[in-house]
Amino acid sequence: MPALPIDEAGKYVAGAYVVFLVLILIYVAIMAAKLERMRSDLTELADIAETSKEARTDG
Amino acid sequence: MSINMPSLRVMAFATVAVLGLAFALVFFYAPNDADQGFIQKIFYVHVPIAICALIGFIVAAFHSIRHLRTGDPIHDVRSYVSIHMGVIFGTAALLTGSIWARAAWGKWWVWEEPTLVSFLIVFLLYATYYPLRYSIEDRERQARYASVFAITAGAFVPLNFIAVRLAESLVHPRVFATADGGLPPEMMLTFFVSLAGMALLFVTLVRFELAAKMTSAQISRLRRALDSEAPAASASRIAPAVPADQTA
Amino acid sequence: MSAIRVILVKDLRIELRTLQSLPAMGLFCVTTFVIFRFGLDRTSLEGSLAAGVLLVTVLFAALLAINRLFVAERDEGGFDAIRLAPIDGTALFFAKVLALFFYLAILEVIALPVFAGFFLDDASGLLPLAGIMLLLDMGLAATGAVISTMGANSRARDLLTPLVLLPLLIPLMIAAAGATEPLLAAGGPSYDGVGTWVLTMALYDLLFVLVGYATYEFVLED
Repeated sequence: MPALPIDEAGKYVAGAYVVFLVLILIYVAIMAAKLERMRSDLTELADIAETSKEARTDG
Repeated sequence: MSINMPSLRVMAFATVAVLGLAFALVFFYAPNDADQGFIQKIFYVHVPIAICALIGFIVAAFHSIRHLRTGDPIHDVRSYVSIHMGVIFGTAALLTGSIWARAAWGKWWVWEEPTLVSFLIVFLLYATYYPLRYSIEDRERQARYASVFAITAGAFVPLNFIAVRLAESLVHPRVFATADGGLPPEMMLTFFVSLAGMALLFVTLVRFELAAKMTSAQISRLRRALDSEAPAASASRIAPAVPADQTA
Repeated sequence: MSAIRVILVKDLRIELRTLQSLPAMGLFCVTTFVIFRFGLDRTSLEGSLAAGVLLVTVLFAALLAINRLFVAERDEGGFDAIRLAPIDGTALFFAKVLALFFYLAILEVIALPVFAGFFLDDASGLLPLAGIMLLLDMGLAATGAVISTMGANSRARDLLTPLVLLPLLIPLMIAAAGATEPLLAAGGPSYDGVGTWVLTMALYDLLFVLVGYATYEFVLED
């Protein structure tokens, strides 16, 4: 196949680079979700630790 | 990881710098290919990603060998993350390869390109890694079987490329071979910078993933220490759990 | 060495007495050939089409055998017996590889003549083809034994084993097809390029027997 004219070729090249970028961003999004869950876990654990500390200093 | 590896932050910055440079070279420095024209630019993103995925798979095999030898689960974690990243990079490689095929050959997939076909087969194999892990409940056995798989699959990769090469080269011309076989030096330089950038990206993301796993393990450990009943929301069901005594 | 023989003889004897796998595999092959006849709308095959039909059929018959390879061990505590016995776990590996190899070889004694009778105009390529099939059988056996053991110890065993096994077998099948196609060519067997493919199959067989041998202890561990 002869080389595509630059405006058509440009779309495919842009498409490939965009796919690469989008995959990285999807990965970042998934990691962000994980981070959010970890944050909520830590909050919950901090609450437990604080209540247990109060229980110890009270009792 | 090992003591003399730079920190995650340094690696992330290095990745951005090198990849940025690579893309600048791709669009402002490297000449257009004589045969394929502007489309050939995809080569600079597709091939380095594919190479990094394959190296990731081979590295995973070595981590797995260490895991079976020492029994230390940290090596299983490293193997898992390496394969996981390899599959992600593999997806990117197949998608960009498909776009390239469409631009150069008019079809979204070409059987005539042996590297792309080999890569698909390798990808299909490593995709079975997840159902394999998922179907084994006992953590230790899951890790051991995963390691056996990673080693077998790692041995399989070069064999697969040989077989597919033999099958295709006898009949069809290469789709993705650049003009006159050799790369001019400007293209070569751009390619290597891009390869370095993708390799840095791979390693950075692996470390990122490992850091997330370690943190999750520490959370689980904290939870156990506080005698909490519920499992952590961030704990994963199939991916290996990092042993709680690991700090690096 | 004798441990291998004992396990192997046990498997072959059970198979001969109960005839569980072999007739089913044979029947499967013949029926599949019939389906291909109608699916492809062809009454005679040669070259790559013949190779494809034959190899795909044998492959899926092998999957049936591989799935069943460890059924007895799994159901009746055979794995525990092996682990407790003072023998090398790899004895089980070699015994299973050989058992599977024999099953497939015996299957082909039936399947190849039937295939030739159904589809081939010229059967002179059959003898070298038998040699190719033996190499194929060894590769199927080695890879099948390892993956089947893992599958036997997992939850979705009947699904998992073929799922993981098929991509692993692709290079072997590519090489087998490459070798078979010229042997079944329209004008009589040609040996063009067969040597390279045979070498590839041998390499595959060697590699997977070695990998299986090296990792089998870990697969058997409780």
